[in-house]
Amino acid sequence: MSTHAESLPGHHDEHHGPPPANQSSRVDSRTLGMLLFIGSEIMLFGSFFAAYFFIRVVNPGASTITPEAWQFWPPCKAPPVGGECTAGQYEFPVFVAGVNTCILVTSSFTMHWALQSIKRGQRAAFLAGMVLTFVMGLAFLCTQVIEYLNVGFNTGDGAFASVFFGLTGLHGAHVAIGLSLLLMVTIRGFRGHYSPEHHHGVELPGIYWHFVDVMWIVVYTSVYLL
Amino acid sequence: MESPFRSEEAAFRFLLITIGAFALIVVASWISAALGFLTFIALSAAAVAVYLRQRGPAPEPTHIEHVGSPSERRVLVVANETVAGEELLSTISTLALTQKTHFRVVCPALNSRLKTFTSDEDPARAAAQERLDATLSRLSSVGIDAHGEVGDGDPLVAVDDAVRTFSPNEIVISTHPPGRSNWLERGVVDSVRARYDVPVTHVVVDLAEKASATYLPAADET
Repeated sequence: MSTHAESLPGHHDEHHGPPPANQSSRVDSRTLGMLLFIGSEIMLFGSFFAAYFFIRVVNPGASTITPEAWQFWPPCKAPPVGGECTAGQYEFPVFVAGVNTCILVTSSFTMHWALQSIKRGQRAAFLAGMVLTFVMGLAFLCTQVIEYLNVGFNTGDGAFASVFFGLTGLHGAHVAIGLSLLLMVTIRGFRGHYSPEHHHGVELPGIYWHFVDVMWIVVYTSVYLL
Repeated sequence: MESPFRSEEAAFRFLLITIGAFALIVVASWISAALGFLTFIALSAAAVAVYLRQRGPAPEPTHIEHVGSPSERRVLVVANETVAGEELLSTISTLALTQKTHFRVVCPALNSRLKTFTSDEDPARAAAQERLDATLSRLSSVGIDAHGEVGDGDPLVAVDDAVRTFSPNEIVISTHPPGRSNWLERGVVDSVRARYDVPVTHVVVDLAEKASATYLPAADET
């Protein structure tokens, strides 16, 4: 960074015109934009998590049948008899979602590999990393759609179902956005873009992809495991 | 505080930490719900503490290009309540004698935070202008040609503005002695030294011992 000023009266100066625009922030403006975007996303997810925990911890109306069914999470499919959930509880597909989690986490590793590769000028490894990341992200999204079709309840089956679809659907939408970014990076990569000196277009989608992964870890843990 | 998403590497590291932390929370929750909650609270507090203590690498000092002929130089003087102190005037006189020097004096319009938030800055600017006028006339009386302006309330912003329009070869900052100077407490001098690649001279003016300088109007903050 450098700066220079207008000349004093009577002095010849090489610089003409106004001084360069002042960038007060010492963070790169593109990275700062992504940080602000992620900050807003965290607040969005935070509101959904607030609804989830409110319904799960505070609100008996989360039950689909009766307030008594609230004693169970996920709620009973039918009113409990003698304090027991005779008809069984709704079930979250923990195992399938767990496999999906592994896929998504692995895709973060390949994303990291891709960026490190382009930083070292290894174009083939970069492209392989991007393709793998995109394919795994797509696999995650497809698995989630299949999970929705077979989960055994729908959005009308009580507040618990609403927050389940709301949280996982919100995350799925972010995966879809991330996939769009990854697709653009991959296509540009195959067209010869990016180099060890110019890889900002890979780094920012990478940050976003890791953020999506972090949010999924929180969603999976909160909704499926705890 | 360093953002965990400042770079792809940092975000990836944050992801790995998140996986480890939530694995611990799940294991603790399977043992006992209360233990899981306590683990969550403890890990969250630890994460916040770690990130609050992190400091990023210091940015490179900004290069200030020399403007004008090689034989002349420009000196930016930043001062407020101490702007008419004898020590500062002595330093300026010494600089003026060594070679052809252009001076620009900047008086930040220091204001209280409440007045800054409410945009009540007219009195602060008027007081700064009064101090600046007194100083410029005093410099003029001893034959030193100097220009000046009232700067932003934040001394670092005032310096930044002046650097961009004046391009100094040297910066002189005048403050009260350590212990009485808010600027020193806030690290203004060190920050300016870290920001620019020109010499920064720190002049301490002890107004308590110089009754002659106390006639100047006081700002809300120095």
